[in-house]
Amino acid sequence: MFLAVRELAFARSRYVLMGGVVALIAILMVLLSGLSVGLVNDGVSGLKQLPVTSFAFQKDVSKDSAFSRSLVDPADAKTWRDVSGVEDAAPFGNTLVNAKTDRDVDIDLALFGVEPDSWLAPEATDGATLSGPDTVLLSSTAEEEGVRVGDTITIGQLGTTLTVGGFLEGQHTFGHVDIGYLALPTWQEIRAGVRPGEKVPDHVYDEVTAIAVRADSDADLTAAADSTGTTALTLDESFGASPGYTAETSTLQLIQGFLYAICALVVGAFFTVITIQRRQEIAVLRAMGASTRYLLRDTLMQSLILLVVSAGVGIGVGVAAGAAIASTPMPFALELTPIATATLTLIVLGMIGATVAVLRITRVDPLTALGGNR
Amino acid sequence: MTRTTPGLVLDGVTLTLGDGDETVTALDDVSLSVDPGELVAIVGPSGSGKSSLLAVAGALVAPTSGTVEVGGTALAGLSARRLTALRREHIGFVFQSGNLVPALTALDQLRLPLTFGKVSEPRDPATLLAEVGMDHRARRRPHQLSGGERQRVGIARALVTQPKLLLVDEPTAALDRQRSQEIVGLLAREAHEHGVAAVMVTHDHEVLHHCDRVLEMADGRLSQVDRSLS
Repeated sequence: MFLAVRELAFARSRYVLMGGVVALIAILMVLLSGLSVGLVNDGVSGLKQLPVTSFAFQKDVSKDSAFSRSLVDPADAKTWRDVSGVEDAAPFGNTLVNAKTDRDVDIDLALFGVEPDSWLAPEATDGATLSGPDTVLLSSTAEEEGVRVGDTITIGQLGTTLTVGGFLEGQHTFGHVDIGYLALPTWQEIRAGVRPGEKVPDHVYDEVTAIAVRADSDADLTAAADSTGTTALTLDESFGASPGYTAETSTLQLIQGFLYAICALVVGAFFTVITIQRRQEIAVLRAMGASTRYLLRDTLMQSLILLVVSAGVGIGVGVAAGAAIASTPMPFALELTPIATATLTLIVLGMIGATVAVLRITRVDPLTALGGNR
Repeated sequence: MTRTTPGLVLDGVTLTLGDGDETVTALDDVSLSVDPGELVAIVGPSGSGKSSLLAVAGALVAPTSGTVEVGGTALAGLSARRLTALRREHIGFVFQSGNLVPALTALDQLRLPLTFGKVSEPRDPATLLAEVGMDHRARRRPHQLSGGERQRVGIARALVTQPKLLLVDEPTAALDRQRSQEIVGLLAREAHEHGVAAVMVTHDHEVLHHCDRVLEMADGRLSQVDRSLS
C-alpha cells in the first residue's frame, strides 16, 4: 500500500483518465441494467406476480409464442390437480387486445382470463374482485395512463364492454401492455371474437390458453403433461413466450457482455503500459530486496483502489441519471441485485485484466538495475 | 573473536555468461575480502567484469563456481526467497544517478525499503536524511532534485536498513567534479562511521583517494593497484 497510494497520487492525471473510462463503463452498466430490468418488468411482470410455478400449454406449441398460439381444454385442470405434488391447477386465458375507455383513453391490454373463484383470481387494492362477467381489474400502470375505477372499456372491433372494477397492487404488464384480469367465460368470448348479443358456439367454452399449475418442486410434471397431452413449461421458461422477451433480453445481455470484456481489456492494456514504463523502477526495487509478492500485492492494490473508486463514482452517477429516467414512461427500473452483480463483475473482470498485465513484474530481471547491463 | 566477520568474501569466483560456443568469462577466479568499515574501489574498462562482480556480490547472479559470503552468510544453495530477504536486510545498493522512485519524496525513498519486510535494526529515515545533508529537501521528489542531491538520497536509501555490505555502481557517472568528490567522500565517511563493507565500481580516477583500497579489473581478473598510480 505504501507505494500504491503514493503512485496513485503522484500520477493522478493518468489514473484519473483511466478511472474516467471505468466510471463511464459503470454508468453504462447501470443504465443498461435499468433498461434491462425495466424491459423485463414490462414484458413479464404480470407473469412474475402470478402464484404459478408452471403452465401446461398445448402439446408441441412453439415455445416463443405459446401464450398466443396455445389452446387447451379447461377440463384438463382437473387431471392436473390429481397429479401428486401439484397443489392446485386452474384454467388460464391470455390474449392481447386494443381497447378504448369512455374517456377516450386508448389502451392496449393483455387480458388474463381466470375463474373468478379460483386461486388465480386477483384482488384489487380497494378490495374489488371479479364480481361480475364484465368486471375487469387492471394493472396500476393503467391508472397512470388515465383510466379510472368505474370507466367503461370497449374492446376494439368487437364492441364488448367491460367495467373497471379496480386496480391491482404494483405493475402487472405482459408484452409491454397493461394486464386486465376478467372472468374466464367473458375472456373466452372475446378471444373467440364473439360480438355482444351473438350466439356463442359451444366449443368456445372448451378453450383456454393454458392450465396454470402450482406444484412442489419435486412434482413430476413431464409425466403429467404426457398423460394430458400438454407441454409443461416452468414460469421462468414461459417468460420466453412473452412477445419480444427473448430478443430484448439477449440483446441487452450481449451488450453487457461486451462492456465487461471492454473493461477487462482497457484495464489490462492500461496496466500493461504502466508496468512496462515502470520496468527500470521495478528492477531497482527487486534488487533492493522487494519480493515479487510485495510488488504484485502493491500493484494489484493500486488497480483495486482505482477500480473500486471509479466504479463507485460511475454507479453513483448512473443511479442518479437512472432515477431521472425512471420517472419518465421509459421502461426503466433500478434494482439493487442486478446493479450489485454488474459492479462486482466489472471489478472482478477489471482485476483479471490488471492481474494478467502486472504478472509482467515477475519477468523483470533485477540485474537490469545495474548500469552495465542497461 | 579475534577478527570481525568480513562484509563480503569472494573466493575463487568464476562467472561464465552465454551458452554453447558463445561463452564469455565475465569473472575469472576472483577472490576478494572486504572488512566492515572498508571502502574498496574497483576500476577498469567497460566490459571488464565490474558490473558482474557487483551482480554476484549482490546476490543477483549465482557464480558458475566459487563461493560468495555476505556478512558471514554463504549464498550458495539459498532459495530465491532467502536471497531476496538477504538483499533486503544485509545488502544496500547505490545505483547510477540514484535510480530513485519517481513518485516518492526524498523522505519516502528512505521509508520504502523498510516496507519490503522485516528489517532487524532500521535507522530512522529522517535522521539519516539529515546525516547526508538532505533534510531540507525531505519533501521533494526526484525530478525536483539535482543529480548530486539524488545521489545523496540514493546513498541514504541504501543505508537505512543498516546493511553489512554496500554495493555502489558508478555513483559519479552523472556528476561534475566537485559533486563527485562530495559524494564519494560521503560514501567513505558513512562506510567508516557505520562499519559497512563497501564496494564501489567506478571509472572516475579522481575520487580514488577517498578509498581504502583500489583494485583493477581487466578481462574478468582482479588485481591490486599500486596506490602511487591512483
